[in-house]
Amino acid sequence: MCGIVGLFAKSPEIEAEMGAHLSAMLITMSDRGPDSAGFAIYRDPVGGQEKLTVQSEDPAEFDGLLELFRSTGIAAHEMLVSDTHAILRLDVGQTEAARSILAEQRPAIRIMSRGNAIEIYKEVGLPEEVSNRFGLSSMKGSHAVGHTRMATESAVTTLGAHPFSTAPDQCLVHNGSMSNHNNMRRELRYAGRRVETENDTEVAAAYLSWRMDQGQNLGAALETGLKDYDGFYTFLVGTETGFGVLRDPIACKPAVMAETEDYVAFGSEYRALVNLPGIETAKVWEPEPATVYFWERAA
Amino acid sequence: MNFDLTEVTLRAFNKALHELPPTNAGTLEVTGVQGQHAMAVGADTDATVHVRGSVGYYCAGMNKAATIHVHGSAGPGVAENMMSGKVIIEGDASQYAGATSHGGMLVVRGNASSRCGISMKGSDIVVRGNIGHMSAFMAQKGNLVVCGDAGDALGDSIYEARIFVRGEVASLGADCIEKDMTPEHLEDLKSLLAEAGIDDVEPSEFRRYGSARKLYTFNIDNAGAY
Repeated sequence: MCGIVGLFAKSPEIEAEMGAHLSAMLITMSDRGPDSAGFAIYRDPVGGQEKLTVQSEDPAEFDGLLELFRSTGIAAHEMLVSDTHAILRLDVGQTEAARSILAEQRPAIRIMSRGNAIEIYKEVGLPEEVSNRFGLSSMKGSHAVGHTRMATESAVTTLGAHPFSTAPDQCLVHNGSMSNHNNMRRELRYAGRRVETENDTEVAAAYLSWRMDQGQNLGAALETGLKDYDGFYTFLVGTETGFGVLRDPIACKPAVMAETEDYVAFGSEYRALVNLPGIETAKVWEPEPATVYFWERAA
Repeated sequence: MNFDLTEVTLRAFNKALHELPPTNAGTLEVTGVQGQHAMAVGADTDATVHVRGSVGYYCAGMNKAATIHVHGSAGPGVAENMMSGKVIIEGDASQYAGATSHGGMLVVRGNASSRCGISMKGSDIVVRGNIGHMSAFMAQKGNLVVCGDAGDALGDSIYEARIFVRGEVASLGADCIEKDMTPEHLEDLKSLLAEAGIDDVEPSEFRRYGSARKLYTFNIDNAGAY
């Protein structure tokens, strides 16, 4: 089943309450996905710096991480630990070096995302627990996507939870199941792309990142995906400046959108949207099958 | 009777609906509606229910005799397996509206999405706007009236249901063909539109679609049509 939610702010008021709204939306979708939950929030970009979100089952792994990076010549500015996750701020262009250091010296630490604005938090457990562990309700941000998982294609683990990020500031959440993910994973790896798990959604995300690195924008990558993806999917894709929606041509997996002057919101069900301000008079609709929708703010 | 769902549970409302007498049951109001699933399902009474807001999955499922009026939009599977009575959706309906419905009338004043009237078995479904793809798939009996456009594969593998579309049909499904509109059909359409409370369109503006009757039983000569 799975539940997906997303919110894109058009006003400072919604930005200020981004986490509170997304948390409420995520918790409403608990019975669509009680196994695990996660969210990506886009916030606080700093010029010249990049953020790395890392995760470890044992937060003691984070001890001394800044010093470790600095001792290897990586300009690491700060680290904020939040339960099993930590956000590191590094100088732009140093995240690949940081990835190598982690792989060598702290192999228990996993990288969730990197980018100017993106932060990803995900864990096994009920959506409310996951939201509370990371303090989602008090976060501000320009846009955010969330996912509640009922696993079908791979095990219930932190790394199997959504969102998946396969390129800087990109992430994807998915309701459905892909049929050709094994073959696509082989093809992507053959093309030199990093695919880390056996999860079908990670493959879908890696495919989009690959297409976008070839020069397509998100809309074009999603259009190309319609030809190459085989399976059931409603995707919500986050980028640094916005988010996009795509449903497969059969469109079994539900999707409801709402738009006002203050926001664009996405939910697997209308229930997820009922507490948003002004929902009574919002434009509410069901996105068409095999049609790309995309909202972006000026960079 | 009024039910404010911010104060009483949906289950309490549905239970009260089930305990009403079959006739002269009166009118019920439901407020505080926030997209709940299974709203006003399994009614077996002639009550009129006004649902003030948008509902989730399976609203008015298995309805018998009741009039369920949703003053909002409906999620997937509204009026699924309806036996009789009337279900009115003021907004849009999501996928498989009126699926497997045996009788009664479903009116959607907005648009209905994919698979509207899938496997319908004798009901009347009237949509003021458009319907999505694969509508009336394997529809067996009844009438599907669409005042707007229809999506791809309309009436795929249809049996004896009748489809009336006023706008464009993106494509017809396997074994579904356009058929002549006879005076008898125009009369039926007129009464269906009247019963649905639609008075701004004319029966003569519609085209009729139905089964070519080639796929009822397997015939090797028709293998290419599957």
